[in-house]
Amino acid sequence: MVESDTTTQAATEESTHTRQTPGTEEPALKAQHLCFDYGRRLALIDVGFTVRRSELFAFLGPNGSGKSTLFRLLSTLVPLQVGRVTMLGHNLETEAFALRRKLGVVFQHPSIDNQLTVAENLLYHGRLYGLSANELKSKAAGMLELFELGGRAGELASTLSGGLARRLELAKALLHGPELLLLDEPTTGLDPAARRDFLAHLERLRSTQQVTVVLTTHHTDEAERCDRVAVLDRGRLVAVATPAELKSQVGGEVLVLAASDAALLQHKIKLEFRVPAVAVDGTVRIEHPRAHELVTRLMESLGGQIEGISLGKPTLEDAFVHLTGHRLSVGRGGGEQG
Amino acid sequence: MAFWSKPGALWWREITRFRRQRSRLLGALLQPLVFWLLLGAGLKASFRPAGLAPGVSYVRYFYAGVLVLVLLFTAIFSTISVVEDRRQGYLQGVLVAPIGRGLVVLAQAAGATTLAMAEGVIFLLLGPLAGISPGPWQAAWALVVMAVLAFTLSSVGLAIAWRIESTQGFHTVMNLILIPLWLLSGAFFPAAGTPLWLRWAMRLDPLSWGMSALQRLLLAPALATPGWSELLRETVVAALFAALAFAAAVASAHRSPVGAP
Repeated sequence: MVESDTTTQAATEESTHTRQTPGTEEPALKAQHLCFDYGRRLALIDVGFTVRRSELFAFLGPNGSGKSTLFRLLSTLVPLQVGRVTMLGHNLETEAFALRRKLGVVFQHPSIDNQLTVAENLLYHGRLYGLSANELKSKAAGMLELFELGGRAGELASTLSGGLARRLELAKALLHGPELLLLDEPTTGLDPAARRDFLAHLERLRSTQQVTVVLTTHHTDEAERCDRVAVLDRGRLVAVATPAELKSQVGGEVLVLAASDAALLQHKIKLEFRVPAVAVDGTVRIEHPRAHELVTRLMESLGGQIEGISLGKPTLEDAFVHLTGHRLSVGRGGGEQG
Repeated sequence: MAFWSKPGALWWREITRFRRQRSRLLGALLQPLVFWLLLGAGLKASFRPAGLAPGVSYVRYFYAGVLVLVLLFTAIFSTISVVEDRRQGYLQGVLVAPIGRGLVVLAQAAGATTLAMAEGVIFLLLGPLAGISPGPWQAAWALVVMAVLAFTLSSVGLAIAWRIESTQGFHTVMNLILIPLWLLSGAFFPAAGTPLWLRWAMRLDPLSWGMSALQRLLLAPALATPGWSELLRETVVAALFAALAFAAAVASAHRSPVGAP
């Protein structure tokens, strides 16, 4: 119930927005009714959304939620099966070639060549996108400076640290001046500091060069920094909203109780306290406007069964649980196949 | 912007990578060389195939076969790197660039052919040591035939590489397809004097026509008549096989699954 309500709500907001600004600017990306079938399972089920120009837009979902499939569709790597996508004024199906020139793509797996130097990687990429020699020279120099890679230009890409290699990926994807940047789990394998650094680069790009940025992630802190977040779960789009809006859907405060027998604890709380409690992956969660008042009472009456307790304002993780009924971080670390 | 600029970039990458892998350069040249010396010397005394022109020693006969083996090994090394490119994710970046897959395959085949030719020419320069010293016309024609064969081998390799997931898998398929192609091409033994079914199998081998042309050209001083008309026919058929192999490689690239590496 909750899922369909939110989708409708998100869709209504979308249409209101476009109606309010008639004809001022066409969206950077508009997808309708996307379905994708791998034969054995459906990876995408009727997904539709709109991304505005120079927006920082995230697809949030766990592994297998369909976000990598969506990324492959949008990056023109796999052909569209069902649905329609218009990107930067081009039909994805019929004008993929023209579209590719305007897209910058960063893959989850590195696409730089470790046997070429940093500068060679850029020059090679630029020629692949048809840049002329002069154009290429100045642009490559600009990118090396922007991403602080100038000192390493002559070194083999294999000598770069994880963070620097990611920056080179980004520099490469931006070299030909794309209008839209697509990134698939771009911070995979980076430590927290390098992740923050990478996101800061994205934010700067968006504000200084008006590049539209669309990324996929399973990190809520990354999604938190985006203008809007689309929540994907098992191939379905369950919500599209700003991080603040998503969090406000969760009622007031969130109380998370760790218990050895979560189902039993949930049952007892429901009986005794008459508050909506849900068991999620070995924890009991209570969303309540005045959850803090419950803490003492819960510990007094059921303290023996509670191993840990945490109280907080709703996070995006809470919003995800609220929308989907399960946690985002479960099963993390495996290869992303969805 | 010139039309060859984009495939040119891909070609340049193949060459640059190769230059940085000295072991590849040596391996593709030394292995056939060892084959030639050991097999040539070993079989010289005991083995005298029917249909071999008088005055042609087995070491000399085998020379053209080893030359094609040099081309084969280099082409295989280059096409294996395509499997690695796909597995490591590098190829995804190429596939979302504004360049058609046909041109990508052409650039890959051209890169592999260039490298094979470089190695082949080095081996050709060793020819005089075995008493192989073709005249200028024969040498020039031999270079053309070598390029056609290198392109065929690269294309066959690419047709496999675009569809196969692992380098181990590639080795298996290579041993089942490319090595038999070489064995049947007349590299080891001439078609004359073999059973009928084998002669037909050799005729259908895409490499046999070029191989035959190479043998004519490189043994030319020893043969009374190089047979220009046969030479022309063999070269044309070899070129047709090259075109066919390339078409197969392009078709394979278009059907290649581009899933997660």
